[in-house]
Amino acid sequence: MLRLDALTKTYKTGDKALKEVTVDVPSGQVIALIGPSGAGKSTLIRCINRLVEPTSGKVMLEDLNITNLKPAALRRERRRMGMIFQEYALVERLTVMENVLSGRLGYVGFWRALTRRFPQSDVDEAFRLLDRVGLLHMADKRADQLSGGQRQRVGICRALIQNPALLLVDEPTASLDPKTSRQIMRLICELCAERGLAAIINIHDVALAQMFVARVIGLRFGEVVYDGPPDGLTPEKLTEIYGEEDWEATIEKVDGEDDAIEAAE
Amino acid sequence: MPVLETAEGPIWRLRNRRETLTRWFVWFLGIAIFLWCWQQISDATTWFFVWDAPSIAGDILGRATPPRWSYMDNLWAPIWDTLNIATLGTIAALIMAVPIAFLAARNTTPSALFIRPIALLIIVATRSINSLIWALLLIAIIGPGVFAGIVAIAIRSIGFCAKLLYEAIEEIDHSQVEAITATGASRWQVMVYGIVPQIMPAFAGIAVFRWDINIRESTVLGLVGAGGIGLQLQASLNTLAWPQVSLILLVILAAVVISEWVSAKVRGAII
Repeated sequence: MLRLDALTKTYKTGDKALKEVTVDVPSGQVIALIGPSGAGKSTLIRCINRLVEPTSGKVMLEDLNITNLKPAALRRERRRMGMIFQEYALVERLTVMENVLSGRLGYVGFWRALTRRFPQSDVDEAFRLLDRVGLLHMADKRADQLSGGQRQRVGICRALIQNPALLLVDEPTASLDPKTSRQIMRLICELCAERGLAAIINIHDVALAQMFVARVIGLRFGEVVYDGPPDGLTPEKLTEIYGEEDWEATIEKVDGEDDAIEAAE
Repeated sequence: MPVLETAEGPIWRLRNRRETLTRWFVWFLGIAIFLWCWQQISDATTWFFVWDAPSIAGDILGRATPPRWSYMDNLWAPIWDTLNIATLGTIAALIMAVPIAFLAARNTTPSALFIRPIALLIIVATRSINSLIWALLLIAIIGPGVFAGIVAIAIRSIGFCAKLLYEAIEEIDHSQVEAITATGASRWQVMVYGIVPQIMPAFAGIAVFRWDINIRESTVLGLVGAGGIGLQLQASLNTLAWPQVSLILLVILAAVVISEWVSAKVRGAII
């Protein structure tokens, strides 16, 4: 459904963020993208919806080449790619409802957007989604009054109301506590399953990735060095992705933490 | 090298000996220059006029009190004009400053090479000339009166408002803009959802702050004939009607205090 073909990004400074990355994402598959900071995970995700312009290579969404679309056509295709951000990236001074409805901007005209007169069907869908993530009572609150986990749920609603075929998720749990992180990951994966969405999730936390996804891609210096099931991530593989570290101890420690959370729940 | 090795082990000082001596020397030089300048100014001053300043000031104060309260009847209309000059001038300035700010901000300008310098030039040009001088020019062009005052205040305020606003635009959180862009929103929609909410508090603050300044500026515009209470001030000064001057100064003081209070309230409410 999504195919990255020899995708390359070289920044003006000469840094090669991505080197001929080729990935095939079948429809409905959730993929975790792991790798150290600076490996090009964020760049990869942003090259797909062209928030960052790739230098060369192709991004094929079904049979459409995203990389050579004109601005208007690109905006139309962006509607099919929902994006969820690390620091939530909600518009802090707008209400929860406005933030969710902003996911429909690609479908409404400028004046409707300016006067906030979205079609009733969009508003109904926004209420349904807020109810689904358990934030119905927060619809009228300003986004900056919400906690981190609640904000990320709003971010998820904003991405889903676009009615996307694909979710691009950039470090969804990086600023959340361990319990909320798991809840958010679980929510994203459940929603993907419910709606048959494909997703690419950038994530630091290897243990968390292993818990929720069926396929992991490891990125190192802009190259794919691992692509396979989560239980294939042996300490040797992790060393290849991240560099030398005592992985047994780290994984054990993370497991212990998980048990503690399980008990708390 | 603040760490010095001694026989008893390393000790730490903020500066080593050489830096300390240099600093002393620079201070000495600075004070010497100051004293020399003082000497020059003193030689150029007619001290006789300065020595009798307190008695002259006391004399004027004696004549100016009590203020001529009955003159107030003639002041209501000019102070209302003054408020209008400030308010309408500020509104006109904001309407012009907003597009200029968007053209000048690095992250929203359509062309950093051509349009941005033009916007910056407008900002600098309007800011660099005092509103009194704008008023003099405009009175020659459009004739004396309140309208010249409004235009003078508006032109003078464009640069100020646009500069503060474009700095606010450059400081916005880019991730919110990115998020709105990722939904497939158009350029203008991104502006309305991603940028405008973020700069609203700054905009409101700038607007009331400039309004506050403009009330003070518009009180003197009348001195050159651009309407408002300054006209009465000049007339009273010219006829040495000190009790009227003191009343006008009190009225201006009251207007400024009220405007300060209003702007503080508005800023508190919005931010």
